[in-house]
Amino acid sequence: MIKQKVRVKTFQINGIDVTGRSDSTILEVAKEHDIHIPTLCYLEGLSCVGACRICLVEIKGSNKLIPACTGKIKEGMEVFTDTDRLHKHRKMILSMIFAERTHTCSVCVSNGHCELQDMSVELGMEHSQVPYLTNRFDIDASHERFVNDPNRCILCTRCVRVCDEVEGAHAWDLVDRGLDTRVIHDMDDPWVESESCTSCGKCVQVCPTGALSEKGVSATEMVKKKSLIVNLLEMRNRER
Amino acid sequence: MSNTKDNTIVIDPVTRIEGHAKITIDLDEQNRVDDARIHVTQYRGFEKICEGRPYTEMPAMTARTCGICPVSHLIASSKACDAILAVRPPKGGRNLRRIINLAQIVQSHALNFFHLSSPDFVYGMDADKADRNIFKMMQTHPEMAKEGIKLRAFGQKIIEELGGKRIHPTWIVPGGVSHTITEQMKQNILDQIPEAMAIAQKALRFFKENLPKFEKEIETFGNYDSLFMGLVNKKGNLEHYDGTLRFMDAQGNILEDGIDPRFYKDYIGEAVEEDSFLKSPYFKPLGYSKGMYRVGPLARLNVADACGTPLADRELEEFKALGKGKPVSNSFYYHYARLIEIIYGIERIEELLGEKQTLDENVRAHAGVNRNQGVGCSEAPRGTLFHDYSVDNNGIITGVNLIIATGNNNLAMNAGVKQVAQNFVDGSNVTDGALNRVEAVIRCFDPCLSCSTHALGIVSSRIELRNAKKETIKVIDRR
Ligand code: SF4
Ligand code: SF4
Ligand code: FES
Repeated sequence: MIKQKVRVKTFQINGIDVTGRSDSTILEVAKEHDIHIPTLCYLEGLSCVGACRICLVEIKGSNKLIPACTGKIKEGMEVFTDTDRLHKHRKMILSMIFAERTHTCSVCVSNGHCELQDMSVELGMEHSQVPYLTNRFDIDASHERFVNDPNRCILCTRCVRVCDEVEGAHAWDLVDRGLDTRVIHDMDDPWVESESCTSCGKCVQVCPTGALSEKGVSATEMVKKKSLIVNLLEMRNRER
Repeated sequence: MSNTKDNTIVIDPVTRIEGHAKITIDLDEQNRVDDARIHVTQYRGFEKICEGRPYTEMPAMTARTCGICPVSHLIASSKACDAILAVRPPKGGRNLRRIINLAQIVQSHALNFFHLSSPDFVYGMDADKADRNIFKMMQTHPEMAKEGIKLRAFGQKIIEELGGKRIHPTWIVPGGVSHTITEQMKQNILDQIPEAMAIAQKALRFFKENLPKFEKEIETFGNYDSLFMGLVNKKGNLEHYDGTLRFMDAQGNILEDGIDPRFYKDYIGEAVEEDSFLKSPYFKPLGYSKGMYRVGPLARLNVADACGTPLADRELEEFKALGKGKPVSNSFYYHYARLIEIIYGIERIEELLGEKQTLDENVRAHAGVNRNQGVGCSEAPRGTLFHDYSVDNNGIITGVNLIIATGNNNLAMNAGVKQVAQNFVDGSNVTDGALNRVEAVIRCFDPCLSCSTHALGIVSSRIELRNAKKETIKVIDRR
C-alpha cells in the first residue's frame, strides 16, 4: 500500500499548541488533545453535518462562530472553546432546541439516559430562554419494534446518516422545513410500510433523545448502546 | 373575616386539604343555611393531554396528576396497561405492587391523621385558627407529631426502597414491576415494622379515647344515608389492589357484588355539574343523587366482611359495632377507618414480604397491544380509582377516562358540607369554629382535588357566603 503523504498543521486551542492532520476538523483535534467541546448532532463514525450548532467555537480575528465538528483546521489559527460568549450562545441554542418540541422528561422513555437532557445539565440550562411552542406531532408507532416520536426529535439527523452510511439503506430522510421538519421513511410512509427500512434498529440506538425508542419500554427504560457504531465500523475494517 | 350583610359564605381555599377548592354557603331570607356546596376550581384537563401519547407513558404521566398519591395512579394505570397487553403480571410482580400500594396507603393515612387532622382532635374545633396546625403540634405534643412523621416515613421508605424514588417512582410498569427486590431490602422493611405498628396502635388508642369529645361532630359530620362502594377480594374481605366491586346500601344490604371493574360504566354514571370541575359519579341503577355513594377507608371497612389480618380484624369488630348492625355512616369515622387501615396495611406488608414468591426473579410480563381498551382499578388511600384507556392498534392513546377517589365522593362530600353548615353555621354570626367544621368535614374525606379534576385540584379554601338572591355577601379566605 502506498502511504499517502500526511500533512500536519499546528495551531492553538485555548492557548495550547496542538497539531492535527491537515484534513481534520477542530473537534477531532480537540478530542485527540482531550479538550472537551460539547456536541449533540456529532457522532463518532458518522459524517458531520453541523446540524445543532452546540459545538460552536471562536476563532481569533473572526467575528463568526463556527461549528467545531465541521470546521477544518488551519495553520496558525487560534481557537477558543470556552468563552462567555460561547456559553451564552450555546445556552440559547439549547433553549431553542427544547422550545421547538415538547420535552416532558419525567414521562419520557429516555429520562435519565438522554443526551439532550445531559447537555442541559452540562451547559447549566435551568429554564428555556424562549417560550415553548408546544407543537404537537403524531407519533409513528406502526413498526412492530420501534416508535418514532417527533415531539422529542432535535433534528440531529443521526438516524438519517447512520441508515445511509452504515446500514446502507437510506430509509430515513427529512421532510418539510423549519419548525415543521420531521424525519420520515421513504415518501413519508408509516414506518411499518417502509420498503427500504431493514428494521436493523441502528437509528434507534444512535438517536440522542427519546424520539426513537424501542416499543413497549416505559419511562426511563430506554438505554441506548452508544458505542454500537464505532464497534461495528471497527469490526468491518478488521475484516477487510 | 368580613361581616354577613348579605347571605353567602364562601370558604376558598379550603385549608389543610390537598389542592384547591371553594365552598359556598347559601343563606335564606332568615339568614339560615339553605345550601352549601364544594366547588373545585382548578381544571387540569389531564385526560386530553394524554391523547396521542403511547400507552406506555400513561403510568408515569398519570402519576403526575398527584404529588400525594402517585403510587395509586401508577398502580391503576399499570393495571389498565396490563389489560391492554392482555397479561397478568407474575405473582412476584403482583406482590410487589401490592406492597407498594399498601405503603402508599399507610403513608397517606398517616399524613391525614397526624399532619392534617390531629390538630382538630387535640385542640378542638373551636381553637384559634393559628393553633390548629402541625407546627403547633410540634410545640405542644412533640411526641405525637414526631410519631406521625415516623409513621409516614415508614411508608415512604418502602416506596423508596422498592421504587427507588420517593415521589414519583417509575418502577411500576405495564406487565408488572421493572425490577426485583433483594433479601436486604426486604429485611430493611421488616426491621421497621414493630415501631410502625406501635405508633399506629397508639394513635388508634388516642383517637378512641378522645371520641367522646366529639359527640356533636359525630352526630352531624356527614352523618347521612348513602351507598358505599369498595373492592373486596374473593373471600369478601378488604382489598386494595385487585378484586371486584361491591356496592352496599345504608342498611347494609349488598346491592351488587362481584362486579368486574372492567364493567364499571354499567354501574357508575358520571354527572357533570356546571359550577365545579369535579364530575359527580353515582350508582347508575338508582340514578343521580339517590345513587350517591361513598368510597375510601370508611366505605371499604363497611363493605368488607373482614380485614383478613388478626390485629386489624379485632379493631374492625369494634368499629363495625358502631353501626349497630348497619354500615357505619358518620363521615367523622373516616378517621377511625383510616387508623384501622394503617394497622391492616402494616400487617399485610409483613405477610406479603414473608411470601416466597415476593422475591421471585420473574416480576414482569411482556407483550404488545392485544386489546384496544383497558380498565385498571385499585383502591387508593382515598377510595376506588379507575383508569380507563382506549388505544389504537399501535398503542397510541385515543381516549382516557379517570374516576378518582375524591370524584367518587363528590356527591357525598357535598351532602356532608351541607349538613355541617346547617348545623353549625349561623348566617348572622359566622364564627371561625363553624367554618373550621365545614372544612373539617371535607377533611374527613381527605379529598385530593388536584387529581380528581382529571385532574381538577382541592384543598385549601375560600368560603363564600351568598344571600337568598345568590349574591356574594362575604368572602372568607383561609390560607
Ligand atoms: S428526549 Fe430527552 S430531553 Fe426530551 S423529553 Fe426525553 S429525556 Fe427529556
Ligand atoms: S429521530 Fe433522533 S436521531 Fe433522528 S433526527 Fe430526530 S433526534 Fe436525531
Ligand atoms: S455537534 Fe457540531 S453542529 Fe452539532
